[in-house]
Amino acid sequence: MRIIVQAWRQYDRNSEGNFESYPVDNVSEDMSFFEMLDMLNNQLLKDGKDPISFDHDCREGICGTCGIMINGRAHGPLKGVTTCQLHMRSFKDGDTLVIEPWRARAFPVIRDLVVDRSGFDRVMEAGGYVSVSTGGVPDANVIPILKDDADSAFDAAACIGCGACVAACKNSSAMLFVGAKVSQYALLPQGQVERKSRVKNMVGQMDVEGFGNCTNTSACEVECPKEISVENIARLNREFVKASF
Amino acid sequence: MTWLLQFFQSSIGKKILMAVTGLLLAFFLIAHLAGNLMLFGGPEMFNNYVLSLTNLKPLVRIAEALLTLIFLGHVFSGIRVTLENKKAKPQSYQVAPRSATSNFYSRTMAVSGSIVFIFLVFHLQTFWWSFQKMHGNDADFYEVVVHSPIGFNNPLVAVFYILALILLALHLRHGFQSAFQTFGLADSRYKGIVEKTAVLFWLIIPLGFISIPLYFGFIK
Ligand code: HEM
Ligand code: SF4
Ligand code: FES
Repeated sequence: MRIIVQAWRQYDRNSEGNFESYPVDNVSEDMSFFEMLDMLNNQLLKDGKDPISFDHDCREGICGTCGIMINGRAHGPLKGVTTCQLHMRSFKDGDTLVIEPWRARAFPVIRDLVVDRSGFDRVMEAGGYVSVSTGGVPDANVIPILKDDADSAFDAAACIGCGACVAACKNSSAMLFVGAKVSQYALLPQGQVERKSRVKNMVGQMDVEGFGNCTNTSACEVECPKEISVENIARLNREFVKASF
Repeated sequence: MTWLLQFFQSSIGKKILMAVTGLLLAFFLIAHLAGNLMLFGGPEMFNNYVLSLTNLKPLVRIAEALLTLIFLGHVFSGIRVTLENKKAKPQSYQVAPRSATSNFYSRTMAVSGSIVFIFLVFHLQTFWWSFQKMHGNDADFYEVVVHSPIGFNNPLVAVFYILALILLALHLRHGFQSAFQTFGLADSRYKGIVEKTAVLFWLIIPLGFISIPLYFGFIK
C-alpha cells in the first residue's frame, strides 16, 4: 500500500521546524510502523536527504524509549500499545499519517521526533528509589502483603516512563507517571521508610520541571501504553496531602 | 505558616484549593435553590422568605463575605492554574482528535467557569442589588423576580439564565467528581458514592434552578 507520511522536521533545539510530506510506496501491512519509517529513511538517504530522527530501542514494548504522536494519538490509534508495537495493518492504502514529537515545555524537541525527557529522570532522582537496605530477594510470603496491594503496586510498576501521558495531556501534566512511581513504593513495605519525603520531593521536582497541573481529564489513562489507571493520580494526591500535613 | 504557603504553591496544593472552594460553592447552591423554589409557592411565601433573611442581616452579611472570599479564591486559582497549563504546552498538535481521549466538558472548565462568572455579575447586579434597596414589610420581591424588566417575564433574561445554568451543569459535571479525584477519594472504594452524589450536583440541582426561569418565563 501507499502511505503519505507528514513528518515534523526540526534540525535542532533552536531551529523553527516545519512539516514535510513524503510518499512511501510498497508498504506491507505486516511491517511495523518503525519498519515503514526505516524504509522511508533509506529512501531519504538515497535521495541525499537527512533521515527522520526518532527514538527507539527495544522495539518490543518494554523499554519506554519510543513515542510518536500519530494523527493526534500518542503511540498511534491502538489501545495499550507502544509506537514500536504498532503495525501498518492498523492503517489503509492512501492514508496520511501526521507524525509529531511529544509536545510539552518540559520535553523540548532535540531533533525531528526526538524529545528531551531528562525531566522524568530528574523526577526519579528526587525520590524514585529505596535507599535503605532491603536485603536480597525474599522468599515468597515471608513479608505478608495484601493481594490487592501487591496487584496495585505491580500494575503501577508497569509504567515504562515513555511520556505519552504528558504528551496526551492538554496541560502536559506528569501526574500519571509520578502517580505510578509513587504508588509502586507507597504500597509496599520496602517503600515505607522514605514514603513521605519521596512524594514531596518527586512532586516538587515535577513542578520545577514545568509540567502542568492535572485537571483530571483522564486523557493520559486512555493513551498510556501500559494502561496505568488514574487511580494512581488519586493515590498520589492522597499521599502528597498526608505527607504535607 | 511557610509550609502551608508552600503547600498551596505546589501543583497539587493549588488543585486542592480549587476543589475545596468549588465544593463549598456547590454546597451553597443547595441552600440557594431551596430558597428560590419558594417562588413556586406564590408572592406571599417568597416575600416572607426574603424578609426573614433581611431580619437576619448580620448573619447574612457574614455568609455573603465568606462566599465572596471562597468565590474569589476559586476564580483566582482557576485563572492561575489555567495560565500555567497553557504555558506548559507551548505548542499544540497539528492533528488533535481530543474527543477520542477526553470529554469536552472536562477540557472547557475555564470557559464554562468564565461564562458563569459573567452571569453571576449580571445576576447580582440585578436581583441582589435591587433587593438591597427594598425595605419594609410591603416590599414585593416576587414582583421584581417575576414581572419586572430584569425579571423572568423578559424572555432575554430567562434565556440567559437557562444558558448560564446549562454551563454551570457542565462545569459541575466534571468539577464535582474531579474534586474527589483531587482529594484522592475517587478510587475504587469511593467511586460509586462519588458518581451517585455527582448526579445530584450536576444534574438535579441545575435542573431545579432551570425550572424557575423556564416556568416563569415561558410556561406561566
Ligand atoms: C457557582 C459557581 C461555581 C461552582 C459551584 C464551581 C465548582 C467547581 C468545582 C467543584 C471544581 C472542581 C475542582 C477540581 O477539579 O478539583 C471546579 C473547577 C474549576 N472551576 Fe469552578 N465553580 C464555579 C465557578 C467558577 C468560575 C466563575 C470560574 C471562572 C473563572 C471557575 C473556574 C474553574 C476552573 C478553571 C476549574 C479547574 C478546572 C479543572 O480542574 O478541571 N469556576 N469548579
Ligand atoms: S504512565 Fe503510561 S504513558 Fe505515562 S510514562 Fe508511564 S507508561 Fe508512559
Ligand atoms: S522501543 Fe522500547 S518500548 Fe518501544
